[in-house]
Amino acid sequence: MRPTRQHVALAAFAAGALGLLAIVWVVVMPQLRPDPGPTPVSTVGGPFELTTQNGEKLSSADLAGKPFAVFFGFTHCPDVCPTTLWDISQALEDLGSDADDLKVLFVSLDPERDTPELLKSYLQSFDPRIVGLTGDRPSVEAMARAYRVYWKKVPLEGDDYTLDHTAGIYLMDGQGRFVEMISYQASEKDRVEKLRRLVERS
Amino acid sequence: MSTSISVRRLAGVVALAAGLFTAAQVAQAHEYKLGPLEIEHPWARATPAGAQVGGGFMTIVNHGTTADRLVSFSTDVAARGEIHEMAVKDGVMTMRPLAEGLEVPAGGEVVLKPGSFHLMLMGLKAPLKEGTRVPGTLTFEKAGTVQVEFAVEGIGAGGSGGADHGHMNMKKQ
Repeated sequence: MRPTRQHVALAAFAAGALGLLAIVWVVVMPQLRPDPGPTPVSTVGGPFELTTQNGEKLSSADLAGKPFAVFFGFTHCPDVCPTTLWDISQALEDLGSDADDLKVLFVSLDPERDTPELLKSYLQSFDPRIVGLTGDRPSVEAMARAYRVYWKKVPLEGDDYTLDHTAGIYLMDGQGRFVEMISYQASEKDRVEKLRRLVERS
Repeated sequence: MSTSISVRRLAGVVALAAGLFTAAQVAQAHEYKLGPLEIEHPWARATPAGAQVGGGFMTIVNHGTTADRLVSFSTDVAARGEIHEMAVKDGVMTMRPLAEGLEVPAGGEVVLKPGSFHLMLMGLKAPLKEGTRVPGTLTFEKAGTVQVEFAVEGIGAGGSGGADHGHMNMKKQ
């Protein structure tokens, strides 16, 4: 069948209609939907198995299907770590029961000193939904590497030491993919909004 | 006319004073003098149970014409005191002991606060409890030594999230 003038007109009309639909889809629709947040990526994060402050094993498989937040630190940390844990506790309080399914992990980069027992007493000052994790050094370092965490031991007087480390909170979706970061300098509003968005994502 | 204005002004002053008094009660503002130096409101964060370290903060004002230097810090409540600088850059927290101490510029001040310069209480003998005071000794290169007390405030005091407890506003006129 040879294309007639009518066929060409029809095709042009169809193409025009499709184009219009595409414009509506791309330009108008996103404004009607709430901001879904960044697209998750799987290049940050990965499987882990560590020990909680209660001496139980917790692995990434246990978290399957649930969003979670991860913060790396250590208890011999005077400022960033207790402040972050405090800030998260405040945010969890704001979110109330909405955040009951949200796991917040505090992973020690100093497993030699941060035993489960020490983490247990340390975390009593913060929201009970925060889970402390420690383990043998290879397991901790494998997880830190998977999360692209920077850390470095800095010697102090005697045989004491402190750690430089990445200070933000990693937000991960139910598939264990990285969504976004809450920076150390984030406002309380920003923190609560990002955590709420993470909970609603699941 | 002028009487009513001064009465109003007086009322304002009284209200301001009452407000300041309340603020002072909350923050327990206090200060120490050592020669030309003024040490304003030394405070420390309460620590979680089991924590081995704590942070101490204050503002040191130098009214003198020569710079001085905070060279050492010690406290009975910890095995050791150190002077540190903390910073968060590109998402990474770094902390370094200041081997040379901390300069207090002539006619200026240095602020020790969360996220910046601070005193480290290393090897705490007991947790720092909110509402208590802990003793400390500060030694300056020129002005000498002074005993101070750190007011222990909440774990989240002066944190990153902007809960400013007004430490910066306590300066005397």
